[in-house]
Amino acid sequence: MPNLFEFADVYVAVDDASVLSGITTTIPDRDLTVVAGVSGSGKTSLLRLCNRLDVPTAGTIRFDGQDLLSIDPQQLRRRVGMVFQRPVLFGGTVRDNLLVAAPEATETKMLAALADVELDIEFLDRIGDDLSGGEAQRVCLARTLMCEPEVLLMDEPTASLHQAAARTLESTVSKLRGDAGVSIVWVTHDLGQIERLAEHLIVLEEGRVLYTGRADTDGAKDALATLSTGAEDR
Amino acid sequence: MIDGDVNAIGLATSLILVGIALAVSMGQQLRLEKQLIWATARAFVQLIVMGFVLAWLLQPGRSTVYSWTWIVGMVVFAAWTVRNRAPEVPGLFPMAVAALAASTLTTMGVIFGLGIFPMEARAIVPLGGMMIGNSLSGTVLAARRVTDELTEKRAEVEARLALGHSSRRAGRPYVRAAMRTALTPQIESTKAVGLVFLPGAMTGLILAGVDPVDAVLVQAAIMYLILGAVATTSVVVGLGSIRQLFTTDHRLTRLTRSAD
Repeated sequence: MPNLFEFADVYVAVDDASVLSGITTTIPDRDLTVVAGVSGSGKTSLLRLCNRLDVPTAGTIRFDGQDLLSIDPQQLRRRVGMVFQRPVLFGGTVRDNLLVAAPEATETKMLAALADVELDIEFLDRIGDDLSGGEAQRVCLARTLMCEPEVLLMDEPTASLHQAAARTLESTVSKLRGDAGVSIVWVTHDLGQIERLAEHLIVLEEGRVLYTGRADTDGAKDALATLSTGAEDR
Repeated sequence: MIDGDVNAIGLATSLILVGIALAVSMGQQLRLEKQLIWATARAFVQLIVMGFVLAWLLQPGRSTVYSWTWIVGMVVFAAWTVRNRAPEVPGLFPMAVAALAASTLTTMGVIFGLGIFPMEARAIVPLGGMMIGNSLSGTVLAARRVTDELTEKRAEVEARLALGHSSRRAGRPYVRAAMRTALTPQIESTKAVGLVFLPGAMTGLILAGVDPVDAVLVQAAIMYLILGAVATTSVVVGLGSIRQLFTTDHRLTRLTRSAD
């Protein structure tokens, strides 16, 4: 499978503190890649490099064969959508939120985006503040889908959701990958979620790659075992 | 006419209200005592110095170049104050200098160009002070609010950037809110002129024996110029700050919330 992202010796430092230290890894196209690691291992930092919300201090990142830094950031971000850890809705209705992503969007397109995240038509005129956490996160996903991204970056999207809402979001995203062929990069430290979702796995520890490869190998299991031991130690 | 004499007892009496404010601060545990004492003492020293400087500037035959030099000093000090209130914004000092200097030059140009006041030291320094002083409050609020809005709403701003918005578009709702906050006090005080309070220049002219209607017309012109100056400097500094807080590749820089 061709690589979507290629990281070569990537470093990120914030205020002289090292966040990512020489990351070399790949994220394959049309896969569901899980980036795992304990809190502070650099998962979110790695994800934020993929749509240039952050840039590396050193090293190179290629997206679809091109140097990521040579791509117009606005175009890149529409191709590489992102859903954040906490659902962030703008003021107004769900419709208003979807229109922020695509101001010219038709009603049909908005309804299609809601259908993709398994929300029905009546949600369109609901006020964002009245939604549950799970519904709000699905609206955020629908809003991202309005840009018709090729890749979805999911930054611990179920961290603030209860279990049922988390499972619904997981199945929605898995379906998107299957039906629309969208590549997914999902950040989590939840071992159960890793087991349910991961096809490709990147395990980070203290800003370094502990494992990168298929999720069903013995190496992957060993890396995840280290992860759970590390979490217990903390 | 008043003779303008205030003796030590009069000055001390005027401090009674400051004493009450101190008592309230202590009673309510507002912890403003230090700031109140510092502000009172500092204002006293500054006004005394200002009095001596004005006396020197107003001596017959003294060139107005000195008054204009004083105005330049005010602009630099005001810009420095703006910079200290929002240290997170890179390049704020030169931006504030440019905005304050441009608005002061324009408003003073109108005042002296139209002959509202003769261009002499007794007009240049106090009028310049009014323009710069009012603009200072607006620009400090604009720079502070823009920075605070972007810090508090970072998640929303980044969610907009992640949808492919330019930094300008992503920041627009927050700049709008900051600008409203910055300009509201000046707009409200302009609306309340004559109803709630009689502003400084007018009060001064009436106390000096000028016909109240003439004083009102002068004050109206000054109020409009102040409003214009505050709006211009606040918008320039607000929009300039937002440019500084985003990178050219549409990323929001790291901002640290200022201490309360």
